[in-house]
Parts: sequence; C-alpha cells; structure tokens
Amino acid sequence: MIDRERPVSEDELNAYVDGELPADRREAVAAWLADHPDAAATVAAYTAQAESIRARFGAVAEEPVPERLTLDHLLHGGNSSRRWTAMAAAAVIAFAIGGGAGWFVRGAASANASGLDSVTADALDAYKLYVVEVRHPVEVPGSERAHMTQWLSKRLGYAQHIPNLESLGLKLVGGRLLPGPTGAAAFYMYEGASGERYTIYCAKAGAPETALRYKGGERYSAFYWVDDQRAYVVSGPAERDRLEKVAKSIYEQVDKSGTRKS
Amino acid sequence: MATFRQGVEAAIPALRRYARALTRNADSADDLVQDTLVRALRSEHLFHGGELRSWLYTILCNLNRNRLRSLARRPVLSPLEEDDAPDLAGPEAGGRDIARALATLAEEQREALLLVVLEGLSYREVADVQGVPIGTVMSRLARARVQIKSYLDGERPALRCVK
Repeated sequence: MIDRERPVSEDELNAYVDGELPADRREAVAAWLADHPDAAATVAAYTAQAESIRARFGAVAEEPVPERLTLDHLLHGGNSSRRWTAMAAAAVIAFAIGGGAGWFVRGAASANASGLDSVTADALDAYKLYVVEVRHPVEVPGSERAHMTQWLSKRLGYAQHIPNLESLGLKLVGGRLLPGPTGAAAFYMYEGASGERYTIYCAKAGAPETALRYKGGERYSAFYWVDDQRAYVVSGPAERDRLEKVAKSIYEQVDKSGTRKS
Repeated sequence: MATFRQGVEAAIPALRRYARALTRNADSADDLVQDTLVRALRSEHLFHGGELRSWLYTILCNLNRNRLRSLARRPVLSPLEEDDAPDLAGPEAGGRDIARALATLAEEQREALLLVVLEGLSYREVADVQGVPIGTVMSRLARARVQIKSYLDGERPALRCVK
C-alpha cells in the first residue's frame, strides 16, 4: 500500500524530478503530490527548468565538431597547410594579448621594444603551437640535456644554459630548434605535475638590454627580457604568480651561467 | 589505447554541449573543450578505467574553475557581460531567461545541475565528478533550482501582480 502520509522532503522532490527515487517511493511521492498542489507546482516548475535547459543547449551536441577539436587535429597537428593556419591564428592571439587586451608593455614605445614585441609574438606562437602537442612536443627529450645543450649552442652560435626548474616542480620535457626573427632560436619546454607546461624561447634581439616585462592574456601569458642582445620569453598558463616565479628563476640562472661573457 | 581515444572522441559533442551551458559563450566553451581534450590525451596514463565520461567532465570542471579564477584576477581582460549577451542566448525569450538564470548560480551549483539535467549523469556520478558526498550534490541541486525559480518568477512581475 502506498504511504501517502509520510512527509516528502525537498531532496525527495528533486530526486523525483531527476528519476533518482526507487520505484516504490516514486509512486508514494506521486500520490502525495496529488494532495499537495503547492509541491506539485514546484515539481512542475523544476521539470520545466530542466526542459528549458535542454531546449536551449541540447542542440550543441548535434553541431558538427569544429576541426580544432577533432582528435586527428589534436594528435597530429594537421598537415602543413593547417599548421600554417594555426600559426596565423596564434599570431593573431599573440597580438590580441599584446595590443587589444590593454596589457601592452608599459613604456614600450621605442623601436627596440617593438622589435622585442615580434620576438614575443614568435615565442607565444611557438608556445601555443607546441604546448598542445601530445606526441611530439620537442625534438630532443629532456633526458639528453648534454647533447641538446651542445647542439643548440652550436646552431645558435652562443652558449646555451638550460635552466633547471625542478625546485619549482617543473621537469624538462626537452627542446627544439625554431626559426627566430634574425636566425635560429632555441625553445625549451617544461612540464609540472598536473600537466601544465611552460616554455623558454631564446633568440637574438635588436635591443641591448631590458628589464623583466609581463604580457598577460586570458589563457596564456609571458615574461620577457633582453640580456646582452639575447631575448628570453618565458610563456605559460595565465596564472601570473607562478609564471613570475618561473621567469625569475630562469632569469637568475641565465644571468649566473655567464653566457653573456661567452 | 584505441578504445580510450574512441571513448574520448565519442564524448566530444557532449563536452561541447556541457561547456556551452557552463560558460554561455561559444568561444570560451570550445577553448575549454580543447584544453580538456589536450589534458586528457596527455594524461591517458593517469586514467585507470572507470567511467571515462565522468573523468572528462572532472577535467573540464577543474579547468573551468581555473579559468574563472584567472578571469576574476584580471577583470579588465574579461568582458564578463559578453558571456550572457542576449544575441548569444538565442532569439527566443525563454532561452534567454534560462541562460540568465543559470548565470546567477554559484559555479558548483551550475556544474551539478547541468550534469544532471543536460548530461544525464546520476547523482552518484556527479558526486564523483565534483569529489563530494551525494548529500552535497543534492543540496547543490536543491539550491540551484530554488534560485532559478525565484529568478524566473522575479523576471515576470506582470504575471504575478494582478491586483
């Protein structure tokens, strides 16, 4: 026999709407609602809410999946023409970060600084392009640090010092050679415990020396500086405090390594 | 490995739907899904069986909370009002109402309600995704529905004030 007298709790009304009640209790609640029009109206309102939500957003799952969200694209980065599209898109984003978003470098109006902006844009392109790379984020794995140092020092024409960021919980994934604005650039990638990635981009710069500067976006941000005509751009997730720690550690290590005398 | 990727691939349309409702902004939603997929593919070794869909929703919710935290720190960069702009909410007034109503919820209430009514997850699965007891999920749902109801009721004073 259905128990019409047992009171129905707020949680049970919700569970009734969501079909989470056991069958016998479900019948009891249905019977109880027949005698309680206020509660029945609440149930009707909650059911209508759920229907509006499904009506409003349900069709999104029927839309074709954009190419950038396909596994093929995410795993293989697409063919070369798609890669260039990604590069172009990344460049737009980098410019948006610098210009449109109102975080443009403070006092960076000089010609030298605008040269540095293009280095930063290149670095953010590289960050955006490779940080999502699942299978081939780097050319040389971090386990071959000595070989990588030697190789990239030779290709860039000046000694490379690959910073150690283990104390900040970041492991060296590896590095790769990239085209820079005036010759070769080195690109190093680090990864933290929850998969977050940081990169260092190092290239020759027109400017002689600058202070540490910050460029922030919604999803990515960068610290960059020039030391002895070498530009360093440290890119990472938008969380500024951690990026600043990472950048300062790199700044100190590069400074101490004495590359500027080489 | 093939089945893992097939499972991820099969979940993409639902992840897009969930992200769209969660952020109410098409671009932010797809960015969120992209980050979720990248994180999932990279962390395949961390997935030890179980419900793949719940695992993906968990990653998505965590990334979304990070996103909201960084938006909160830099309000200049985030035109928040854009997320609920009428033109994004569709032409029908009913759709606009429910999207705005969702915007008034606390994040964990919105996550829970949408997982249940839009994604069809059980209370047990939502508890796993949010890492809380089932009782907490139920109180989040209850509060979300009361809030939406009072928002929608308040939106239509003409229907109520008939003195």
